[in-house]
Amino acid sequence: MKKRICYFFQEIGGMSLLVPQIILQIFKPPFKPKYTINQLVQIGVNTLPIVSIMSLFVGMVLAHLAYLQFKLVELEMYTGSLVGAAMVMELGPVLTAIIVAGRIGSATAAEIGSMKVTEQIDALHTLAVNPIKYLATPRFLAAIIMVPLLTIFADFIGMFGGYMIGVWQFGIRHRIYINKTLDFLSAHDIICGLIKTIFFGAMIIVVSCYKGFNTSGGAEGVGKATTSSVVISIVLILVMDYFLTVLLF
Amino acid sequence: MIVITDLWKSFGENQVLKGLNIQINKGEILVIIGRSGCGKSVLLKHIIGIIKPDKGKVEVFGNEIAKLSESKLNEVRMKFGMLFQGAALFDSLTVRENVGFFLDEHTKLNNETISKIVSEKLKLVGLSGIENLMPCDLSGGMKKRVGLARAIAMDPEIILYDEPTTGVDPIMATAINELIKDLQSKLSLTSIVVTHDMVSAYHVADRIAMLYDGKIIEIGTPEKIKNTKNPIVKQFITGADTGPMSIE
Repeated sequence: MKKRICYFFQEIGGMSLLVPQIILQIFKPPFKPKYTINQLVQIGVNTLPIVSIMSLFVGMVLAHLAYLQFKLVELEMYTGSLVGAAMVMELGPVLTAIIVAGRIGSATAAEIGSMKVTEQIDALHTLAVNPIKYLATPRFLAAIIMVPLLTIFADFIGMFGGYMIGVWQFGIRHRIYINKTLDFLSAHDIICGLIKTIFFGAMIIVVSCYKGFNTSGGAEGVGKATTSSVVISIVLILVMDYFLTVLLF
Repeated sequence: MIVITDLWKSFGENQVLKGLNIQINKGEILVIIGRSGCGKSVLLKHIIGIIKPDKGKVEVFGNEIAKLSESKLNEVRMKFGMLFQGAALFDSLTVRENVGFFLDEHTKLNNETISKIVSEKLKLVGLSGIENLMPCDLSGGMKKRVGLARAIAMDPEIILYDEPTTGVDPIMATAINELIKDLQSKLSLTSIVVTHDMVSAYHVADRIAMLYDGKIIEIGTPEKIKNTKNPIVKQFITGADTGPMSIE
Protein backbone atom coordinates (compact mmCIF):
# COMPACT_ATOMS: atom_id res chain seq x y z
CA MET A 1 0.00 0.00 0.00
CA LYS A 2 2.82 2.38 0.99
CA LYS A 3 4.59 1.51 -2.25
CA ARG A 4 1.45 2.28 -4.28
CA ILE A 5 0.98 5.65 -2.60
CA CYS A 6 4.64 6.51 -3.28
CA TYR A 7 4.21 5.41 -6.91
CA PHE A 8 1.07 7.56 -7.26
CA PHE A 9 2.84 10.70 -6.01
CA GLN A 10 5.91 9.87 -8.09
CA GLU A 11 3.71 9.75 -11.20
CA ILE A 12 1.92 13.00 -10.34
CA GLY A 13 5.27 14.67 -9.64
CA GLY A 14 6.80 13.38 -12.88
CA MET A 15 3.86 14.60 -14.97
CA SER A 16 3.86 17.98 -13.22
CA LEU A 17 7.57 18.42 -13.93
CA LEU A 18 7.04 17.58 -17.59
CA VAL A 19 4.57 20.46 -18.10
CA PRO A 20 7.05 23.37 -17.67
CA GLN A 21 9.63 21.51 -19.76
CA ILE A 22 7.15 21.15 -22.64
CA ILE A 23 6.05 24.79 -22.38
CA LEU A 24 9.66 26.06 -22.14
CA GLN A 25 10.54 24.29 -25.40
CA ILE A 26 7.78 26.23 -27.24
CA PHE A 27 9.85 29.39 -26.87
CA LYS A 28 13.32 27.88 -27.43
CA PRO A 29 14.83 27.94 -30.93
CA PRO A 30 15.11 26.28 -33.38
CA PHE A 31 11.45 26.58 -34.36
CA LYS A 32 10.21 23.77 -36.59
CA PRO A 33 6.53 24.38 -37.42
CA LYS A 34 6.42 21.31 -39.70
CA TYR A 35 6.30 18.97 -36.68
CA THR A 36 3.37 20.87 -35.18
CA ILE A 37 1.58 20.93 -38.55
CA ASN A 38 1.97 17.14 -38.80
CA GLN A 39 0.42 16.77 -35.37
CA LEU A 40 -2.39 19.21 -36.22
CA VAL A 41 -3.29 16.87 -39.07
CA GLN A 42 -2.98 13.76 -36.88
CA ILE A 43 -5.00 15.14 -33.98
CA GLY A 44 -7.43 17.27 -35.93
CA VAL A 45 -8.10 16.08 -39.44
CA ASN A 46 -7.66 12.36 -38.79
CA THR A 47 -9.78 12.39 -35.63
CA LEU A 48 -12.64 14.36 -37.20
CA PRO A 49 -14.52 11.39 -38.76
CA ILE A 50 -14.80 9.43 -35.50
CA VAL A 51 -15.70 12.55 -33.51
CA SER A 52 -18.40 13.34 -36.11
CA ILE A 53 -19.94 9.87 -35.95
CA MET A 54 -19.86 9.82 -32.15
CA SER A 55 -21.42 13.26 -31.71
CA LEU A 56 -24.08 12.66 -34.38
CA PHE A 57 -25.36 9.55 -32.61
CA VAL A 58 -25.05 11.05 -29.12
CA GLY A 59 -27.12 14.02 -30.32
CA MET A 60 -29.71 11.66 -31.82
CA VAL A 61 -29.96 9.56 -28.66
CA LEU A 62 -30.22 12.66 -26.48
CA ALA A 63 -33.01 14.06 -28.65
CA HIS A 64 -34.90 10.76 -28.67
CA LEU A 65 -34.79 10.34 -24.88
CA ALA A 66 -35.43 14.05 -24.19
CA TYR A 67 -38.46 14.08 -26.50
CA LEU A 68 -39.98 11.03 -24.81
CA GLN A 69 -39.54 12.55 -21.34
CA PHE A 70 -40.63 16.08 -22.30
CA LYS A 71 -43.70 14.71 -24.06
CA LEU A 72 -45.00 13.40 -20.74
CA VAL A 73 -45.23 16.99 -19.49
CA GLU A 74 -46.06 18.47 -22.92
CA LEU A 75 -42.75 20.34 -23.18
CA GLU A 76 -41.41 18.51 -26.24
CA MET A 77 -40.54 21.80 -27.95
CA TYR A 78 -37.64 22.05 -25.46
CA THR A 79 -35.94 18.97 -26.91
CA GLY A 80 -33.54 21.15 -28.91
CA SER A 81 -32.72 23.25 -25.82
CA LEU A 82 -31.65 20.19 -23.88
CA VAL A 83 -29.62 18.73 -26.74
CA GLY A 84 -27.88 22.06 -27.41
CA ALA A 85 -27.05 22.80 -23.79
CA ALA A 86 -25.88 19.25 -23.07
CA MET A 87 -23.68 19.12 -26.16
CA VAL A 88 -22.08 22.53 -25.66
CA MET A 89 -21.55 22.47 -21.92
CA GLU A 90 -20.74 18.84 -21.24
CA LEU A 91 -21.01 16.08 -23.82
CA GLY A 92 -19.20 17.80 -26.70
CA PRO A 93 -16.08 18.65 -24.65
CA VAL A 94 -15.96 15.45 -22.58
CA LEU A 95 -16.70 12.92 -25.33
CA THR A 96 -14.32 14.64 -27.77
CA ALA A 97 -11.59 14.54 -25.13
CA ILE A 98 -12.26 10.85 -24.46
CA ILE A 99 -12.01 10.08 -28.18
CA VAL A 100 -8.73 12.04 -28.39
CA ALA A 101 -7.41 10.21 -25.30
CA GLY A 102 -8.23 6.86 -26.90
CA ARG A 103 -6.94 7.67 -30.34
CA ILE A 104 -4.11 10.17 -29.87
CA GLY A 105 -3.13 9.47 -26.25
CA SER A 106 -2.66 5.77 -26.93
CA ALA A 107 -0.77 6.38 -30.19
CA THR A 108 1.51 8.92 -28.50
CA ALA A 109 2.34 6.66 -25.54
CA ALA A 110 2.92 3.68 -27.86
CA GLU A 111 5.11 5.62 -30.31
CA ILE A 112 7.27 7.31 -27.67
CA GLY A 113 7.36 4.13 -25.58
CA SER A 114 8.61 2.00 -28.46
CA MET A 115 11.16 4.73 -29.30
CA LYS A 116 12.34 4.56 -25.69
CA VAL A 117 12.80 0.79 -25.57
CA THR A 118 14.57 0.68 -28.95
CA GLU A 119 17.01 3.47 -27.97
CA GLN A 120 15.56 5.94 -30.49
CA ILE A 121 15.17 8.51 -27.68
CA ASP A 122 18.88 8.05 -26.85
CA ALA A 123 19.62 8.46 -30.55
CA LEU A 124 17.82 11.82 -30.50
CA HIS A 125 20.08 12.91 -27.62
CA THR A 126 23.20 11.86 -29.54
CA LEU A 127 21.98 13.87 -32.54
CA ALA A 128 21.76 16.93 -30.26
CA VAL A 129 17.95 17.03 -30.44
CA ASN A 130 15.87 17.48 -27.29
CA PRO A 131 13.27 14.65 -27.29
CA ILE A 132 10.73 16.81 -25.44
CA LYS A 133 11.03 19.54 -28.08
CA TYR A 134 10.88 17.05 -30.93
CA LEU A 135 8.16 14.72 -29.64
CA ALA A 136 6.11 16.35 -26.86
CA THR A 137 5.93 20.07 -27.62
CA PRO A 138 4.45 19.77 -31.17
CA ARG A 139 1.79 17.37 -29.84
CA PHE A 140 1.03 19.69 -26.92
CA LEU A 141 0.57 22.70 -29.21
CA ALA A 142 -1.51 20.70 -31.68
CA ALA A 143 -3.74 19.32 -28.92
CA ILE A 144 -4.53 22.70 -27.32
CA ILE A 145 -5.45 24.05 -30.75
CA MET A 146 -7.24 21.04 -32.21
CA VAL A 147 -9.25 19.64 -29.29
CA PRO A 148 -11.29 22.87 -28.98
CA LEU A 149 -11.81 22.95 -32.76
CA LEU A 150 -12.92 19.32 -32.77
CA THR A 151 -15.29 20.15 -29.93
CA ILE A 152 -16.89 22.95 -31.97
CA PHE A 153 -17.50 20.41 -34.74
CA ALA A 154 -18.81 17.88 -32.23
CA ASP A 155 -21.21 20.45 -30.75
CA PHE A 156 -22.65 21.35 -34.16
CA ILE A 157 -22.91 17.81 -35.40
CA GLY A 158 -24.49 16.67 -32.12
CA MET A 159 -27.06 19.44 -32.39
CA PHE A 160 -27.72 18.46 -35.99
CA GLY A 161 -28.28 14.86 -34.85
CA GLY A 162 -30.80 16.16 -32.33
CA TYR A 163 -32.46 18.27 -35.02
CA MET A 164 -32.82 15.21 -37.29
CA ILE A 165 -34.68 13.31 -34.57
CA GLY A 166 -36.66 16.23 -33.18
CA VAL A 167 -37.78 17.72 -36.49
CA TRP A 168 -37.65 14.90 -39.02
CA GLN A 169 -38.72 11.99 -36.81
CA PHE A 170 -40.95 13.54 -34.13
CA GLY A 171 -42.25 16.44 -36.19
CA ILE A 172 -41.30 19.42 -34.01
CA ARG A 173 -41.55 22.52 -36.21
CA HIS A 174 -38.23 23.66 -37.66
CA ARG A 175 -38.48 27.26 -36.42
CA ILE A 176 -39.54 26.25 -32.88
CA TYR A 177 -36.73 23.73 -32.61
CA ILE A 178 -34.07 26.25 -33.73
CA ASN A 179 -35.43 29.10 -31.59
CA LYS A 180 -35.64 26.98 -28.44
CA THR A 181 -32.13 25.67 -29.05
CA LEU A 182 -30.73 29.19 -29.40
CA ASP A 183 -32.74 30.53 -26.43
CA PHE A 184 -30.85 28.27 -24.04
CA LEU A 185 -27.38 28.74 -25.52
CA SER A 186 -25.15 31.60 -24.45
CA ALA A 187 -21.70 32.64 -25.62
CA HIS A 188 -20.52 32.10 -22.05
CA ASP A 189 -21.60 28.43 -22.14
CA ILE A 190 -19.87 27.86 -25.47
CA ILE A 191 -16.62 29.55 -24.42
CA CYS A 192 -16.52 27.79 -21.05
CA GLY A 193 -17.08 24.45 -22.79
CA LEU A 194 -14.15 25.20 -25.08
CA ILE A 195 -11.90 26.36 -22.22
CA LYS A 196 -12.39 22.94 -20.62
CA THR A 197 -11.15 21.24 -23.78
CA ILE A 198 -7.88 23.22 -23.78
CA PHE A 199 -7.11 21.71 -20.37
CA PHE A 200 -8.23 18.24 -21.52
CA GLY A 201 -6.03 18.37 -24.62
CA ALA A 202 -2.97 19.53 -22.68
CA MET A 203 -3.49 16.89 -20.00
CA ILE A 204 -3.89 14.03 -22.52
CA ILE A 205 -0.57 14.89 -24.16
CA VAL A 206 1.28 15.36 -20.87
CA VAL A 207 0.05 11.99 -19.54
CA SER A 208 0.75 10.07 -22.74
CA CYS A 209 4.20 11.63 -23.26
CA TYR A 210 5.13 11.00 -19.63
CA LYS A 211 4.07 7.37 -19.92
CA GLY A 212 5.96 7.01 -23.20
CA PHE A 213 9.19 8.58 -21.92
CA ASN A 214 9.09 6.35 -18.84
CA THR A 215 8.44 3.08 -20.64
CA SER A 216 10.69 0.16 -19.81
CA GLY A 217 10.68 -3.58 -20.42
CA GLY A 218 10.22 -4.06 -24.16
CA ALA A 219 6.92 -4.80 -25.92
CA GLU A 220 5.11 -5.59 -22.66
CA GLY A 221 6.21 -2.24 -21.24
CA VAL A 222 4.91 -0.42 -24.32
CA GLY A 223 1.54 -2.16 -23.92
CA LYS A 224 1.33 -1.22 -20.25
CA ALA A 225 2.32 2.40 -20.94
CA THR A 226 -0.33 2.67 -23.67
CA THR A 227 -3.11 1.18 -21.54
CA SER A 228 -2.28 3.22 -18.46
CA SER A 229 -2.01 6.46 -20.43
CA VAL A 230 -5.56 5.99 -21.76
CA VAL A 231 -6.98 4.94 -18.39
CA ILE A 232 -5.31 7.82 -16.50
CA SER A 233 -6.35 10.33 -19.18
CA ILE A 234 -10.01 9.27 -19.10
CA VAL A 235 -10.14 9.33 -15.30
CA LEU A 236 -8.46 12.75 -15.23
CA ILE A 237 -10.84 14.09 -17.92
CA LEU A 238 -13.81 13.23 -15.70
CA VAL A 239 -12.19 14.58 -12.51
CA MET A 240 -11.01 17.78 -14.23
CA ASP A 241 -14.43 18.14 -15.85
CA TYR A 242 -16.11 18.37 -12.46
CA PHE A 243 -13.70 20.96 -11.05
CA LEU A 244 -13.63 23.03 -14.24
CA THR A 245 -17.44 22.97 -14.44
CA VAL A 246 -17.73 24.21 -10.85
CA LEU A 247 -15.14 26.88 -11.57
CA LEU A 248 -16.45 28.08 -14.92
CA PHE A 249 -20.26 27.75 -14.77
CA MET B 1 40.81 13.61 -25.76
CA ILE B 2 38.46 11.71 -23.42
CA VAL B 3 39.43 11.28 -19.78
CA ILE B 4 37.24 9.30 -17.39
CA THR B 5 38.14 9.53 -13.71
CA ASP B 6 36.72 7.49 -10.81
CA LEU B 7 33.34 6.88 -12.50
CA TRP B 8 30.60 5.38 -10.33
CA LYS B 9 27.07 4.53 -11.42
CA SER B 10 24.30 2.41 -9.94
CA PHE B 11 20.76 1.58 -11.04
CA GLY B 12 18.75 0.86 -7.89
CA GLU B 13 20.62 -1.84 -5.99
CA ASN B 14 22.80 -2.72 -8.98
CA GLN B 15 26.21 -1.01 -8.78
CA VAL B 16 27.36 -1.08 -12.41
CA LEU B 17 30.46 1.12 -12.46
CA LYS B 18 32.77 1.18 -9.46
CA GLY B 19 35.46 3.81 -9.85
CA LEU B 20 36.30 3.31 -13.52
CA ASN B 21 39.34 5.15 -14.93
CA ILE B 22 40.37 5.30 -18.59
CA GLN B 23 41.87 7.70 -21.10
CA ILE B 24 41.11 7.61 -24.82
CA ASN B 25 43.64 9.19 -27.16
CA LYS B 26 42.96 11.16 -30.34
CA GLY B 27 42.86 9.07 -33.50
CA GLU B 28 42.88 5.62 -31.87
CA ILE B 29 40.39 2.77 -32.00
CA LEU B 30 39.79 1.64 -28.45
CA VAL B 31 37.78 -1.55 -28.03
CA ILE B 32 36.10 -2.12 -24.68
CA ILE B 33 35.34 -5.77 -24.01
CA GLY B 34 33.44 -7.38 -21.18
CA ARG B 35 30.55 -9.70 -20.39
CA SER B 36 26.97 -8.79 -21.24
CA GLY B 37 25.51 -6.45 -18.64
CA CYS B 38 28.90 -5.41 -17.23
CA GLY B 39 28.31 -1.73 -18.04
CA LYS B 40 29.94 -1.23 -21.44
CA SER B 41 26.93 0.53 -22.98
CA VAL B 42 26.44 2.50 -19.75
CA LEU B 43 30.01 3.74 -20.12
CA LEU B 44 29.34 4.90 -23.71
CA LYS B 45 26.18 6.71 -22.58
CA HIS B 46 28.20 8.53 -19.91
CA ILE B 47 30.70 9.68 -22.54
CA ILE B 48 27.96 11.24 -24.69
CA GLY B 49 26.07 12.62 -21.69
CA ILE B 50 22.88 10.55 -21.91
CA ILE B 51 23.53 9.20 -18.39
CA LYS B 52 24.95 11.29 -15.54
CA PRO B 53 27.44 9.70 -13.13
CA ASP B 54 26.73 9.23 -9.43
CA LYS B 55 30.37 10.13 -8.74
CA GLY B 56 33.47 10.86 -10.78
CA LYS B 57 33.82 12.75 -14.02
CA VAL B 58 33.91 12.33 -17.79
CA GLU B 59 35.92 14.98 -19.64
CA VAL B 60 35.64 15.35 -23.41
CA PHE B 61 37.77 18.01 -25.16
CA GLY B 62 38.43 19.39 -21.65
CA ASN B 63 34.71 19.81 -20.84
CA GLU B 64 33.23 17.97 -17.87
CA ILE B 65 30.16 16.46 -19.52
CA ALA B 66 27.89 16.28 -16.44
CA LYS B 67 28.36 19.98 -15.67
CA LEU B 68 27.56 21.34 -19.14
CA SER B 69 24.33 23.22 -19.87
CA GLU B 70 21.99 21.65 -22.43
CA SER B 71 23.20 23.92 -25.24
CA LYS B 72 26.91 23.38 -24.44
CA LEU B 73 26.32 19.63 -24.16
CA ASN B 74 24.65 19.66 -27.57
CA GLU B 75 27.67 21.48 -29.00
CA VAL B 76 29.91 18.68 -27.70
CA ARG B 77 27.47 16.02 -28.95
CA MET B 78 27.72 17.46 -32.45
CA LYS B 79 31.31 16.21 -32.49
CA PHE B 80 30.11 12.67 -31.79
CA GLY B 81 28.50 9.98 -33.86
CA MET B 82 27.00 6.91 -32.25
CA LEU B 83 26.01 3.55 -33.67
CA PHE B 84 23.53 1.81 -31.41
CA GLN B 85 23.30 -1.92 -30.80
CA GLY B 86 19.93 -2.17 -32.58
CA ALA B 87 20.80 0.73 -34.92
CA ALA B 88 17.99 2.83 -33.32
CA LEU B 89 16.77 4.12 -36.67
CA PHE B 90 13.65 6.28 -36.44
CA ASP B 91 10.79 3.98 -37.51
CA SER B 92 8.61 6.70 -38.95
CA LEU B 93 11.32 8.19 -41.19
CA THR B 94 12.81 6.95 -44.45
CA VAL B 95 16.49 6.04 -44.80
CA ARG B 96 17.10 9.47 -46.39
CA GLU B 97 15.40 11.23 -43.47
CA ASN B 98 17.25 9.09 -40.91
CA VAL B 99 20.71 9.67 -42.36
CA GLY B 100 20.03 13.35 -43.04
CA PHE B 101 18.33 13.92 -39.67
CA PHE B 102 21.22 15.85 -38.10
CA LEU B 103 21.67 18.01 -41.19
CA ASP B 104 17.93 18.71 -41.41
CA GLU B 105 17.83 19.72 -37.75
CA HIS B 106 21.05 21.68 -37.31
CA THR B 107 22.02 23.16 -40.66
CA LYS B 108 20.42 25.47 -43.19
CA LEU B 109 21.47 23.28 -46.12
CA ASN B 110 18.80 22.86 -48.77
CA ASN B 111 17.06 19.56 -49.37
CA GLU B 112 19.04 18.81 -52.53
CA THR B 113 22.41 19.27 -50.80
CA ILE B 114 21.35 17.11 -47.85
CA SER B 115 20.16 14.37 -50.21
CA LYS B 116 23.53 14.49 -51.97
CA ILE B 117 25.41 14.16 -48.66
CA VAL B 118 23.10 11.30 -47.62
CA SER B 119 23.83 9.45 -50.87
CA GLU B 120 27.59 9.92 -50.32
CA LYS B 121 27.41 8.58 -46.77
CA LEU B 122 25.29 5.63 -47.86
CA LYS B 123 27.80 4.88 -50.59
CA LEU B 124 30.57 4.98 -47.99
CA VAL B 125 28.83 2.20 -46.01
CA GLY B 126 28.12 0.22 -49.17
CA LEU B 127 24.43 0.98 -49.52
CA SER B 128 23.38 3.00 -52.52
CA GLY B 129 19.87 3.62 -53.82
CA ILE B 130 17.95 2.77 -50.65
CA GLU B 131 17.13 6.34 -49.67
CA ASN B 132 13.37 5.89 -49.97
CA LEU B 133 13.10 2.63 -48.02
CA MET B 134 11.70 2.55 -44.49
CA PRO B 135 13.74 0.95 -41.65
CA CYS B 136 11.26 -1.95 -41.49
CA ASP B 137 12.24 -2.86 -45.08
CA LEU B 138 15.92 -3.35 -44.13
CA SER B 139 17.80 -6.43 -42.88
CA GLY B 140 19.70 -6.32 -39.56
CA GLY B 141 23.04 -5.71 -41.27
CA MET B 142 21.59 -2.99 -43.51
CA LYS B 143 20.08 -1.25 -40.46
CA LYS B 144 23.49 -1.22 -38.77
CA ARG B 145 25.11 0.27 -41.84
CA VAL B 146 22.38 2.90 -42.19
CA GLY B 147 22.89 3.65 -38.49
CA LEU B 148 26.57 4.07 -39.21
CA ALA B 149 25.82 6.36 -42.16
CA ARG B 150 23.66 8.47 -39.83
CA ALA B 151 26.47 8.55 -37.26
CA ILE B 152 29.01 9.85 -39.78
CA ALA B 153 26.61 12.22 -41.57
CA MET B 154 27.78 15.17 -39.48
CA ASP B 155 31.49 14.35 -39.95
CA PRO B 156 32.12 13.64 -36.26
CA GLU B 157 35.50 13.63 -34.55
CA ILE B 158 34.60 10.74 -32.26
CA ILE B 159 32.45 7.76 -33.08
CA LEU B 160 30.97 5.37 -30.54
CA TYR B 161 30.02 1.86 -31.62
CA ASP B 162 27.74 -0.15 -29.33
CA GLU B 163 28.07 -3.84 -30.25
CA PRO B 164 28.48 -3.16 -33.99
CA THR B 165 28.68 -6.85 -34.97
CA THR B 166 26.06 -8.32 -32.63
CA GLY B 167 23.14 -9.94 -34.44
CA VAL B 168 24.68 -9.95 -37.91
CA ASP B 169 26.10 -12.92 -39.85
CA PRO B 170 29.90 -13.49 -39.86
CA ILE B 171 30.34 -12.12 -43.38
CA MET B 172 28.43 -8.96 -42.50
CA ALA B 173 30.40 -8.74 -39.23
CA THR B 174 33.65 -8.75 -41.20
CA ALA B 175 32.23 -6.13 -43.56
CA ILE B 176 31.32 -3.91 -40.59
CA ASN B 177 34.79 -4.39 -39.06
CA GLU B 178 36.37 -3.39 -42.37
CA LEU B 179 34.07 -0.40 -42.48
CA ILE B 180 35.15 0.72 -39.00
CA LYS B 181 38.82 0.53 -40.03
CA ASP B 182 38.11 2.12 -43.37
CA LEU B 183 36.28 5.07 -41.80
CA GLN B 184 39.13 5.43 -39.33
CA SER B 185 41.71 5.75 -42.07
CA LYS B 186 39.55 7.91 -44.39
CA LEU B 187 38.10 10.29 -41.83
CA SER B 188 40.79 10.18 -39.07
CA LEU B 189 38.20 9.53 -36.38
CA THR B 190 38.66 8.54 -32.77
CA SER B 191 36.61 5.40 -32.24
CA ILE B 192 35.36 3.62 -29.15
CA VAL B 193 33.96 0.17 -29.88
CA VAL B 194 32.06 -1.76 -27.25
CA THR B 195 31.81 -5.46 -27.98
CA HIS B 196 32.11 -8.97 -26.63
CA ASP B 197 33.06 -10.30 -30.06
CA MET B 198 36.79 -11.05 -29.76
CA VAL B 199 37.24 -11.61 -33.50
CA SER B 200 35.98 -8.09 -34.09
CA ALA B 201 38.05 -6.71 -31.21
CA TYR B 202 41.34 -8.14 -32.53
CA HIS B 203 40.46 -7.03 -36.05
CA VAL B 204 39.83 -3.36 -35.39
CA ALA B 205 41.55 -2.40 -32.13
CA ASP B 206 44.59 -0.24 -31.54
CA ARG B 207 44.04 -0.90 -27.84
CA ILE B 208 41.68 -3.23 -25.99
CA ALA B 209 40.33 -2.57 -22.48
CA MET B 210 38.58 -5.22 -20.40
CA LEU B 211 35.72 -4.01 -18.19
CA TYR B 212 34.96 -6.27 -15.24
CA ASP B 213 33.19 -5.63 -11.94
CA GLY B 214 32.75 -1.94 -12.75
CA LYS B 215 36.43 -1.25 -13.48
CA ILE B 216 38.96 -1.53 -16.29
CA ILE B 217 41.07 -4.47 -15.18
CA GLU B 218 43.44 -4.61 -18.15
CA ILE B 219 44.25 -2.37 -21.10
CA GLY B 220 46.77 -2.72 -23.90
CA THR B 221 47.41 -3.65 -27.51
CA PRO B 222 45.66 -6.72 -28.98
CA GLU B 223 48.98 -8.59 -28.65
CA LYS B 224 49.25 -7.71 -24.97
CA ILE B 225 45.67 -8.83 -24.34
CA LYS B 226 46.24 -12.11 -26.24
CA ASN B 227 49.27 -12.86 -24.02
CA THR B 228 47.70 -11.68 -20.77
CA LYS B 229 48.36 -13.46 -17.50
CA ASN B 230 45.23 -12.06 -15.85
CA PRO B 231 43.00 -15.16 -15.34
CA ILE B 232 39.76 -13.17 -15.77
CA VAL B 233 40.85 -11.63 -19.10
CA LYS B 234 42.24 -15.00 -20.20
CA GLN B 235 38.95 -16.76 -19.45
CA PHE B 236 37.00 -14.07 -21.33
CA ILE B 237 39.12 -14.01 -24.47
CA THR B 238 39.26 -17.81 -24.71
CA GLY B 239 35.59 -18.21 -23.83
CA ALA B 240 36.34 -20.91 -21.25
CA ASP B 241 33.38 -21.94 -19.11
CA THR B 242 35.59 -22.58 -16.09
CA GLY B 243 37.66 -19.95 -14.38
CA PRO B 244 37.28 -17.02 -12.00
CA MET B 245 34.10 -15.81 -13.76
CA SER B 246 30.99 -17.92 -13.12
CA ILE B 247 28.40 -18.59 -15.84
CA GLU B 248 25.56 -17.05 -13.74
